[in-house]
Amino acid sequence: MAEVRYVQATRLYPGTDAPAVDALDLDVHDGEFMVLVGPSGSGKTTALRMLAGLEEVDSGAVYIGDRDVSDAPPKERDVSMVFQNYALYPYLTVAANIGFPLRIAKVKKAERDKRVKEVATLLGLSEYLERKPGQLSGGQRQRVAMGRAIVRVPSVFLMDEPLSNLDAKLRVQMRADIAALQADFGITTVYVTHDQAEAMTLGHRVAVLHEGHLQQCGPPRELYERPANVFVAGFIGSPAMNLCTVPVSNGAASFGGVDMPLPQSVVANGRTSLVIGVRPESLEVAEEGIPAKVDVVEDVGADAFVFCSTELGGETTKLVARSEARKAPRQGDRVTLRPRADEALLFDPASGERLEL
Amino acid sequence: MSTASVPVPTALTRRKPPASVRRRRFLMAVANHSMLIVAAVVFLAPFGFIALTALMTNGQALSSHLWPNPFRWQNFVDVFHQAPIFRWALNTMIYACLATLGVVVSSIPVAYALSRIRWRGRNLAFGLVLIALMLPPVVSVVPLYVMWAKLGLVGGLGPLIIPNWFGDAFSIFLLRQFFMTIPEEYLDAARVDGCGELRILATVVLRLAKPAIAAVALFSFLYTFNDFFLPLLYTRENPSRWVLQIGLSEFRSLHQVQWNLTMAATLLVMAPVIIVFFLAQKAFVEGVTLTGVKG
Repeated sequence: MAEVRYVQATRLYPGTDAPAVDALDLDVHDGEFMVLVGPSGSGKTTALRMLAGLEEVDSGAVYIGDRDVSDAPPKERDVSMVFQNYALYPYLTVAANIGFPLRIAKVKKAERDKRVKEVATLLGLSEYLERKPGQLSGGQRQRVAMGRAIVRVPSVFLMDEPLSNLDAKLRVQMRADIAALQADFGITTVYVTHDQAEAMTLGHRVAVLHEGHLQQCGPPRELYERPANVFVAGFIGSPAMNLCTVPVSNGAASFGGVDMPLPQSVVANGRTSLVIGVRPESLEVAEEGIPAKVDVVEDVGADAFVFCSTELGGETTKLVARSEARKAPRQGDRVTLRPRADEALLFDPASGERLEL
Repeated sequence: MSTASVPVPTALTRRKPPASVRRRRFLMAVANHSMLIVAAVVFLAPFGFIALTALMTNGQALSSHLWPNPFRWQNFVDVFHQAPIFRWALNTMIYACLATLGVVVSSIPVAYALSRIRWRGRNLAFGLVLIALMLPPVVSVVPLYVMWAKLGLVGGLGPLIIPNWFGDAFSIFLLRQFFMTIPEEYLDAARVDGCGELRILATVVLRLAKPAIAAVALFSFLYTFNDFFLPLLYTRENPSRWVLQIGLSEFRSLHQVQWNLTMAATLLVMAPVIIVFFLAQKAFVEGVTLTGVKG
């Protein structure tokens, strides 16, 4: 068990100008489940591979516990990793796959067999031990990969989008299994995903990356309610938060004709415009408000998301509102949308940073 | 809870394709098989000629007779009396086996380094391998001969075997292409699980690359087994080091030509190659298709 620290860690791939990971500062506490999330090319997998020792650290440092492991080869880091495609050796049985790290570590055969059996029992793989990976389903392969990672009881557990090849139902189930396993073992875990549902449900804390930069790191609820900037606000939450640049006059922001009073701290420095962020659930279909035309209605069961177009400041703007499915308008309807002023977030239009109210 | 009634499965009645489609399929099948039969005859005819002549008496051989009468199996015994076939076969096996082992052992690490380890100048090194591949062997024959002569090794099997222990451009190329297709995740997983590069090569890559390694070994074995030029160059003056191919050629010219015995000897020399190919056909074809390389 160990804590993990990235200190100004940077990775610049040869032949590129922009670092894939740029001066990353991140602390992962002992026993914590940290999720790295971001869109493609955000540097999350690179950051994970730097921790595993599969990518070089070009500047800065990576620590596991008190030890600077920036130059240590993977085998000296005491980490184990689950890969996106599981990387199970096709020529080995399930038992041999799970026992592989122990074999490399020269653990005696009797002890090895015992640990493999324990792990197989834990993961419900006992009856498949003599099969080859090719004879297993996707979910079973995933569990074998997990088994190979935990059999050694490493200091840090790394997972690189381990659920992305599973179907939706299995993914939800495995998500719960991974959370339970991590809680049982209490091993510090760094988990990479692009799926924000995974990030929000699994992570004790979530680190959002974008273009190699850490945008924000915090508990899932904090990311959702108090995003640090426009990127995090737009990335976390599905459908995404409505973000509109609106003019400011007389101490209020005018959001499609609806005046939203602003606190003194925001108005004080003479801003003439602001980015206003409203989550779909904070934008309701009401009697009066912003006039809009319904483009699409997505019925997701109890709720429906109403995707609309409206004119804001002379430009067509897309807005999403949440509504009760039974009361949802229909495609082509003219509606009015009312933002809840107290739930709106405000961002500086130049820096994109959220303004404290 | 009510259960839906399960429909009783009925016997599947297969739909018959229309007559025009059936006719077209039949004609296509006839055309395909005709082509294959013609090709098979073209390839098998010389082989059949050798086999039949090997069973004739000396008088019948190369006469108007096509069918041996009587079948003279004694030819295969006589061959061994007239020529040291065992000696030649032993030399051939020493040459083919040691050269093949050398090619495999020396080419694998080079191919791995050229495909899976990142280092400065890797592409340049691979370029050099490609150049070596394109260089006609004849170009280097004279300087190599001079070198072996100075080392006093001409006349033995050394000059034939030793160069194979320093890698073979074609094998390195073929293995490298195959190693490139192994997903990086397998190697990364092994690295994280505690393997160094040599260990990865031995425990992961070799297992995953078996078809390609088998193909390389087969190519090398067949090439050296059939090799005539280099054994002729280096061992011509020393009959105790002759390989089968040289022996066979000399057998024809040294004695008064007995075609039936010559063909019996030819058949014996061809047999191992044919047997090896039949046994390892799958590995051979797999190796070639997997790497996208033609032999």
